[in-house]
Amino acid sequence: MLLIRCPYCEEERPELEFRNAGEAHVARSANIAGESDDDFEKFFFIRSNPKGIIYERWRHIHGCARFFNAVRDTVTDRFIMTYKAGEPKPSKLPKNSNDVVSK
Amino acid sequence: MAKAAAKTTAAASSATVDRRQALAGRSVSTAGARLEVLPPAERISLRAPEASVAALSKALGVALPGKPKTSATKGGRTALWLGPDEWLVIDEGGNDPLADCAKVTALHSSVGVSHRNVAIAVSGPGAAATINAGCPQDLSLEAFPVGACSRTILGKVEIVLLRTAADAFRVECWRSFSDYVFTFLSEGARDAGN
Amino acid sequence: MSAAFRIPGAGRLKQARTASFSFDGKSYAGIEGDTLASALLANGVHLVGRSFKYHRPRGFLSAGAEEPNALVQIVRDDARKTPNVRATVQELYDGLAANSQNRWPSLSFDVGAVNDIASPMFSAGFYYKTFMWPKAAWKSLYEPKIRAAAGLGVSPDRPDPDHYSSRYAHCDVLVLGGGAAGIAAALAAAETGASVIIADEQADLGGSLRFETGARIEGKDGFAWAQAAVASLKGMDNVRVLSRATAFGYYAQNFVGLVERVSDHLKSPGADLPRERLWQVRARRVVLATGSIERHMVFADNDRPGIMLASAARTYLNHHGVAVGRNVGVYTANDSAYAAAVDLKKAGVNVAAIVDLRDNPTGPAIEEARALGIEINFGRAVVRAGGKLRVSSMTVQPKNGGGERTIPVDAILMSAGWTPSVHLFSQSRGKVAFNDETKRFVPGTYAQDCVSVGACNGTDGLSATIDEAYAAGAKAAKDAGAKATKGAKPKVDAGENWSRGMLGAAPGAGPDTTVKAFVDFQNDVTAKDIRQAVHEGMRSIEHVKRFTTNGMATDQGKTSNMHGLAIAAETLGKPIPQVGLTTFRAPYTPVTFGSIVSHARGPLFDPTRRTATHGWAARQGAVFEDVGQWKRAWYFPKTGEDMHASVNRECATVRKTAGLFDASTLGKIEVVGPDAAKFMELLYTNPWEKLEPGRCRYGIMLREDGFIYDDGVVGRLAPDRFHVTTTTGGAARVMNHMEDYLQTEFPHLNVWLTSISEQWAVVAVQGPKSREIIAPLVEGIDMSDEAMPHMSVREGKICGVPTRLFRMSFTGERGFEVNVPADYGEAVWEALWAEGQKHGATAYGTEAMHVLRAEKGYIIVGQDTDGTVTPNDAGLDWAVGKKKADFVGIRGLTRPDLVAKGRKQLVGLKTKDPKVVLEEGAQIVADPKQPVPMKMIGHVTSSYWSENCGRSIALALVAGGRDRMGETLYVPMPDGTIEVEVTGMVFIDETGGRLNG
Repeated sequence: MLLIRCPYCEEERPELEFRNAGEAHVARSANIAGESDDDFEKFFFIRSNPKGIIYERWRHIHGCARFFNAVRDTVTDRFIMTYKAGEPKPSKLPKNSNDVVSK
Repeated sequence: MAKAAAKTTAAASSATVDRRQALAGRSVSTAGARLEVLPPAERISLRAPEASVAALSKALGVALPGKPKTSATKGGRTALWLGPDEWLVIDEGGNDPLADCAKVTALHSSVGVSHRNVAIAVSGPGAAATINAGCPQDLSLEAFPVGACSRTILGKVEIVLLRTAADAFRVECWRSFSDYVFTFLSEGARDAGN
Repeated sequence: MSAAFRIPGAGRLKQARTASFSFDGKSYAGIEGDTLASALLANGVHLVGRSFKYHRPRGFLSAGAEEPNALVQIVRDDARKTPNVRATVQELYDGLAANSQNRWPSLSFDVGAVNDIASPMFSAGFYYKTFMWPKAAWKSLYEPKIRAAAGLGVSPDRPDPDHYSSRYAHCDVLVLGGGAAGIAAALAAAETGASVIIADEQADLGGSLRFETGARIEGKDGFAWAQAAVASLKGMDNVRVLSRATAFGYYAQNFVGLVERVSDHLKSPGADLPRERLWQVRARRVVLATGSIERHMVFADNDRPGIMLASAARTYLNHHGVAVGRNVGVYTANDSAYAAAVDLKKAGVNVAAIVDLRDNPTGPAIEEARALGIEINFGRAVVRAGGKLRVSSMTVQPKNGGGERTIPVDAILMSAGWTPSVHLFSQSRGKVAFNDETKRFVPGTYAQDCVSVGACNGTDGLSATIDEAYAAGAKAAKDAGAKATKGAKPKVDAGENWSRGMLGAAPGAGPDTTVKAFVDFQNDVTAKDIRQAVHEGMRSIEHVKRFTTNGMATDQGKTSNMHGLAIAAETLGKPIPQVGLTTFRAPYTPVTFGSIVSHARGPLFDPTRRTATHGWAARQGAVFEDVGQWKRAWYFPKTGEDMHASVNRECATVRKTAGLFDASTLGKIEVVGPDAAKFMELLYTNPWEKLEPGRCRYGIMLREDGFIYDDGVVGRLAPDRFHVTTTTGGAARVMNHMEDYLQTEFPHLNVWLTSISEQWAVVAVQGPKSREIIAPLVEGIDMSDEAMPHMSVREGKICGVPTRLFRMSFTGERGFEVNVPADYGEAVWEALWAEGQKHGATAYGTEAMHVLRAEKGYIIVGQDTDGTVTPNDAGLDWAVGKKKADFVGIRGLTRPDLVAKGRKQLVGLKTKDPKVVLEEGAQIVADPKQPVPMKMIGHVTSSYWSENCGRSIALALVAGGRDRMGETLYVPMPDGTIEVEVTGMVFIDETGGRLNG
């Protein structure tokens, strides 16, 4: 069982309290009704599914109940960092992926 | 006919029916821990932005804690930090926090959940071990001191945990999960006594 | 019965405390503190099992967890028959009953042993070659036969009466292994004040100090020091000592799973004692002190009972006071077996000869053996063991060939060297490194915050081990945040020291031979099998392993892996590191299902949720059905009624007078804040801004793809407050869905969501008499049609307690839903029931509710929809706000496929024969005469007998359904085709007049 640092609770908590919520930074258009079929397809159906670094959403559903974002390595399963919902995608990742930091 | 039936009938203003608590009459005592169902309490789920905290604290008579995993107690009323804009307020003194919040004009949401939750007191030298039978959090006094509180997991359900003393916890869960929680804690207490 | 091989004065067990036990029905005497193995050996019993494939007689190889041979069935009673228990681990208790396995009719005469004679048929990979043809024989012949032959022991066929517990624990330093290294590390860590857990698989900590008579620490015998040190650890508040606890898995972020065997060693465990306890420990630092395991010599017939590891013989002698024979031989490639020879000789056992592969080794162990007058043969090999049910001789030959000499023996003690136990290190994803000089894999690159100390780290000698372990324990504590060590390192006065040895087959079992020289005892893999695997094309050690099954038995190759690897490397002509080591996986030793399941069985398998009125319904004789985790009243049969009769009566009564129904399980969410209506506009298809406080609306929630996700009636309590209901099954996911959008897409909205599903118990009162039943109990609410029309909500009191009273209907009748605080739910129900009795009302369950709503064509999300149904498909287009600029799903609804013609639409179906009730899920075709496979154009989603209609009714999703009104379609079933007519979805009261009836 992983430990995941919740950026709202400001500490690492057991994985059982969390739930994954899919890829992060996929914004819903403010004018979604006017979107083209292609744009809607990209927004709703297409996900990056990378080998390596993934930006994803998690919810501390059995804790503070907040959604937040996490950077995780899909190869090692390691959390590299977590940050609050609404914060921009980090431009730089911490060097030592063992250090799970919160912005 | 329909009209006659529709007329409001005078009824007593106080309850003419009895209140039947979940888990009524259940208790467990082992060498490690004691489980007791706590009496009914008034509870609200309070949601508010930072700017409203002062006004709500004043109205409630207890300072809403701002730090994760902490609680504050005053005059029979405890406010538990559950999330960055969320508190569970438990009143054991017979006063109504819902009414107190109703007077506050500052932005907030206050919803009565007195009957939603059931509270179980877990006490004794094996209290932490009892809960750790199914709760993955570190319940050492360093990590979870007296007054610490958290929404978390017990076995397969969600609970709210509050440490009321070095060897005592208050476990809150939803009503329909209370049988599961009490039974789970009973198993934990049975083992904590070994 | 006297134990002939118990040596007076030897060992540490108290002779006075005897325990009687049985093996294969025969009674024996043992001593408390014995293992089953030591107790059997004390009685001269070596033959304890038959091997898996060849059914060869087998005895004890080891004295510990690595045992591959001595697997027995322990029988406590009919329900407690544990197979594959290692006799070397099972502690003796008075009355223990054990049976041997894999033999018939008896252990000494086993018919299956014919496999041994026919062994050329069963060479490596025979499964893959033998059962290929004829193909049809697989199912009828091969598989049943293989299944009958497979497996060891017999599973109990009754529910496990024992209970198992679990515990999450956290500590600064977790020490795995309680030998000299582990104890030293734990002492160092504990003295800093850090929280420490030390775990060891044995009953008493001490590890190899159990047999190492040459060890002296702090002026004491090594084992005595260990006991004193453990006693002092146990006395510290910050230390937990777990004995009989095996760390079976090392997972991410220093999360370690351990099983503590709590009561398997007790004659009659107390009722509150679990059989086993699962520990899930999160440690800041882990110290691995898992020791090393002695390897056997690979020579012909090295599996005969009586042939065992030298260290095992020492354990039985020095700890249990048992001699493993009267005339023993020793076969070794390193020094450690000499100590066994010396110990046994000193205890009065004749040591026939030591055979040492090495040419001219020197050292104190050899000197001591020589001084005791033991015959030592250097440069020689044991090429064969004699005997069948028990070893009777060893045949010795110069290792480069020459004359043979056969020496009579009744036991052979062997040692090929020691393999560091890197299992847990490897599980932690650490990378092992091969030390070419000492020919062993040791921890190389670490992946987690752990450190290896002592023998598992390749550290030789007691003094060096304790130095290393003590320093590592102190550092682990410091790294975990503790202060500097206050204590002092234990002083080693004397210790034993050995290293090296050999890997692979010994001379006499080389590539030019066809002898059975076992590498893996449990899976009957010989040196020849491994060579054959390479010859047949296996190159990777992972392939060799799977082809031969070397190391794949329940002992996971603890004694065999390195030998197997060396033989494969030699055959391939490659150095060992290039062939590579197989990956170690959890569990280290077998783990019971019981301990993994732990508390999660019976009532704790899954939560059973009951509503506030459950007790009343149960007292009325209701039959319940499972709806997710909920128990819901399904129907309320009266005496003599079956389900059909009960449901018919309930349905009829509701439409005639009234019925009470428990709707408490529906999800309820309170949406509060100045932007509440705006939020509702975004989450539901309907318009909400203009809904007046006090009124209700049926809402539809979509996913972004445009498909129906949930539905429910929503009441507006105030401009900034909505009481939202969801489906029972959708309660949790709808809340999550709404929170998701609120927190991440619409965080600018000032609104909050609170689950109130369990705050309110809900009594639905439906039927023409519903108002008359409720009104006498209500206070402060005008229930007249003018003041409280259909689809409205009022707050007031009922029976003197607060209520949110909804006027709404899921039956098509005048109806109400009475919400009261949950603790009052049952009493309010009883009050309503008493009023209802005056009008002949019934209680009705979920089945009647389903029928009643289907009569009105009201859908159930998840039954009539399946995640691919749009509001239009379901005939609910009216609920989609046409003027709205945005709501979740608005864009999905205009996807080309969702607006295409010919989509499946929800319609009603009437069977031509009104008595025929369709099966839900049945497929629908337009032309029943077309060839199979037919083109299916839809399926039945809901189907019931409707007593009120006097016929069957059904709802169905049919392609282009609304354009097929009146058309005849067909439902082909195994016993004939059913004709149906497509109709509208409403079967009763199409105009809706009864809502005010």
